[in-house]
Amino acid sequence: MDPYSSTAIDLARLQFAFTVGFHIIFPAITIGLASFLTVLEGLWLKTGRDVYQDLYSFWVKIFALNFGMGVVSGLVMAYEFGTNWSRFSYFAGGITGPLLTYEVLTAFFLEAGFLGVMLFGWERVGRGLHFFATATVSLGTLISTFWILASNSWMHTPQGFSIIDGRAVPVDWLAVIFNPSFPFRLAHMAIAAFLATAFFVGASGAWHLLRGKDSQAARTMLSMATWMALVVAPIQAVVGDAHGLNTLEHQPAKIAAIEGHWENFPGEPSALILAGWPDMKAEKTRFAIEVPVLGSLILTHSLDRQIPALKSFPPEDRPNSTVIFWTFRLMVGMGMLMILGGLWSLWLRRSKQLYTSRAFLTFMLCMGPAGLIALLAGWVTTEVGRQPWVVYGIMRTADAVSPVSVTQISISLVLFVLIYFALFGTGIAYMLKLVRKGPQPHEGEHPIEGGAGQSRTPARPMSAADDN
Amino acid sequence: MGVDITLIWALIIIFGIMMYVIMDGFDLGVGILFLAIKDKEERDVMMNTVAPVWDGNETWLVLGGAGLFGAFPLAYSVILSALYLPLMFMLLGLIFRGVAFEFRFKASDRNRHFWDKAFIGGSIVATFAQGVALGAFLDGIPVVDNAYAGGGLDWLRPFPLFCGCALLVAYAQLGSTWLIMKTEGALQNEMYRFSSYFIWILLGALAVVSLWTPLAHPEIAQRWFTIPNLFYFLPVPLLLLFCFFATLITLAHRATASPFLLTLVVIFLGYSGLGISIWPNIIPPSVSIWQAASPVASQLFSLIGALFILPFILVYTAWSYYVFRGKVKIGEGYHH
Repeated sequence: MDPYSSTAIDLARLQFAFTVGFHIIFPAITIGLASFLTVLEGLWLKTGRDVYQDLYSFWVKIFALNFGMGVVSGLVMAYEFGTNWSRFSYFAGGITGPLLTYEVLTAFFLEAGFLGVMLFGWERVGRGLHFFATATVSLGTLISTFWILASNSWMHTPQGFSIIDGRAVPVDWLAVIFNPSFPFRLAHMAIAAFLATAFFVGASGAWHLLRGKDSQAARTMLSMATWMALVVAPIQAVVGDAHGLNTLEHQPAKIAAIEGHWENFPGEPSALILAGWPDMKAEKTRFAIEVPVLGSLILTHSLDRQIPALKSFPPEDRPNSTVIFWTFRLMVGMGMLMILGGLWSLWLRRSKQLYTSRAFLTFMLCMGPAGLIALLAGWVTTEVGRQPWVVYGIMRTADAVSPVSVTQISISLVLFVLIYFALFGTGIAYMLKLVRKGPQPHEGEHPIEGGAGQSRTPARPMSAADDN
Repeated sequence: MGVDITLIWALIIIFGIMMYVIMDGFDLGVGILFLAIKDKEERDVMMNTVAPVWDGNETWLVLGGAGLFGAFPLAYSVILSALYLPLMFMLLGLIFRGVAFEFRFKASDRNRHFWDKAFIGGSIVATFAQGVALGAFLDGIPVVDNAYAGGGLDWLRPFPLFCGCALLVAYAQLGSTWLIMKTEGALQNEMYRFSSYFIWILLGALAVVSLWTPLAHPEIAQRWFTIPNLFYFLPVPLLLLFCFFATLITLAHRATASPFLLTLVVIFLGYSGLGISIWPNIIPPSVSIWQAASPVASQLFSLIGALFILPFILVYTAWSYYVFRGKVKIGEGYHH
C-alpha cells in the first residue's frame, strides 16, 4: 500500500532527528539559564551583592547567543511537520496544531516581547521592570516546555479523541493535554534542562578555578551548580523511575527493547541485562551480562511479576532494541555520575575543599556536557522507542511521511547538515569563548547598551554576546 | 451556530501573515540593501535599526505556520509538501541571516566580510524563496485525495520566479523607506535615492502581476472584471495608485516617516488584491477554507486562546518598539 520508498522514510526521519536533535540543545540551555538568571537577578535585588550582578551580566550574554540559535533552529521545526510529515499533519493537525498554536501565542511572543528589555533595557526601564522582564522570559520558556511536551506526549499516549473520516478529532481537550505520559515527561524534561544547565555552569566555574583564576564569581557558579546537582539529580532519578513505570504500562514494547529482553519463561522472574548487544535479526541479545530477578525487581517492584518480552510483539511492531538499549544506559550512566557529583560536592564542602580539590574540579569540568548528553540520549530512547509508530498504536511512521521525492529530501538533508554544523558550530565556539573569558568583576556596572540612538546598539538577541 | 469560526481563523491567519510580510519585510529589505552599502559604519547602523525587533518579527511566521497547522491541517500539509524546496531554501536563508547578522558583531575585522555576505545572501535567498512560494501558491496546487498531486519542481515556472524577483523589490522598498525613517545624513540620502527608483519598479511589478494572474486564470479574471465586483474592488487599484503618487511626493519633500507608512499601505493593498483573487480558497484553485478546516473542536479551542491573547501580544510588541524608538546614529562612539 505504501507508495513511498523506505529510503524516503529513513531520510525524512534522519532529517527530523538531526534538526530537532540540534535544536533541542538550545532550548534546554535556554530553559535552565532563564531560571538561573531570574534567581541571580532576584538575589542581587535582595542582597545587593555585586557578585550576583556580575554573574547576571556574564550569563545573559551566553543566554542571548543560545536563545538566538534556538529561535532560528526552532523556526525550521514549525515547518518541518508539514514539509516532511504531511500525512501526519493532516491526520493529527486538529490535535497537535492547536497545541503548537498555544505555544506560539503564550510562550514565543512572550519571550520575544520581553527579551529586548531583558538584554538591552537596563538603562531604559527601572530595576523592578527589568526583573519583571527577566522573570517573564523565563516563565515563557517554561510555558513553551508545557505545550510542546503536551503535544509530544499525546503522540506517545494518545487519548481524548476519536477518528472521523481518517483524521483525529479532539473530543476532550483536558484528556488530550493531560494524557497519561505528560506529567512524567514534562517533569523529566524540565528537570533535565535544569540539570544540563547546572552542569554547564558548574563546569565553567570549575574551569576557572582549575586555571587558578579564583574569584567569588567562579566559586558562586560552582557552588550553586553543585547544590543543584545534590538536590535535583536524585529527584530526577525518582522521576525517571516513575516515568519508566508509566512507560511500562503504556508502551511495554519500548521497555522490552530498552532492556533487550526477548522472552520470558513460565514461573520465572525476569532477569536484568546489564550489558550486551541486542540483535534484532537473531532475536536475542548477544554477549549478555545479566542479573537474575533484577528486571522484575526494578520494573515491577516485585520478585515474581515478569517484564514484557520483545518476542511477544510481532516483529513489525518492535522498536530498535540495539539503539535504545544503549542510549538508555548512556542516560542512566550520566544520571548516576551527576548524583555522584552532588554527593562528592557535599563531602568536600564539609572539609572546605570544594573550591580546591583538583580531582573534583576536573571531574566537574568533564561533566560539563553530561546533562546535554543525558538529555539527547533520553530523547533518542523515548522517540526511537515509540517506533514504528508516530502516534502510538494509531498511526505508523511509514504512513506519516510527505509525498516528497528522495532527491528533495536528500538535497535539504545535506544542506541542513552542512549549514547546522558550520553555523551552530561557530555559535557554540563563540559561546565557549565567552565562557573561557569568564565573568569580570564589576561587569554588571557596565550593562550592555542597546536601542536606537546609541551607536553600539547590539543586535537582538545574539549580539548581546559581544565580548568587547 | 451563527458564528463562522473557520472564517475568523482564516482572517487571523491572513492577519498573521500580513504582519509577517510587513515586519520581516523591512528587516529582510535591510539585508538586501546591504549589497549597495559598503561602508562598515553605515552597515552597523542599518543592522542596528532592525536589531531589537527581528526575532519578534519572525515569530509572526511561526504563528502563521502553527495557526495553519491547527486550523487548516489540510492546507498546511498540502502547501508545505508542494512547496518543499522553496520553503527549505527560505528556512535556510533565514537561519543564515539570523545567525550571520548576529555573529557579525562578534567577528574580527578580518572575518566580518563573511558574515556580511551571509547576511546579504540569506536575506536574498529567503525573500526570493518566499516570492517563489507565493507565486506557485497563486498559480494553483493540485490536490488529489487530500494530498499534493504535483511534482517537486512545479514551482520552477516563469510566474513564481517573477514573483520571487518582485518580492525582492517590494522588501527592498520597505527596507529603504524604513531606513529613511530610522537614519540620517549620507545613508538617509542614499535611501531617498534608492526609494525613488524602487517605487517605480515596484509599481511595474504590481502591474505585471495584476495582468498576469487574470490572463492565466479565467476565474481570477472573472472575480475582478465582472459587474458588480469591479466596482467593489476598484478602490484597491485606485488607492494603490494614490499611495504610489503620495510616496513619490513625500520622497520629493524628504518626509521621514510618510514614505515608509505609505509603502506599508501599498504592500497591504497588493496583499489584499491577492486575497481577493483567491478568496475563499486556501489552496487555490480548488480547496476552500471550509473544506480544509480542522474539526470545530480544534478551531474553537485555539480560537479562544488567539482572541484572548493576540491583543496582549500587540500591546507588548508595540511597547517594545516604543522602548527602542528614535533614530540610530553613526559613530557616536560609546566607550567604557
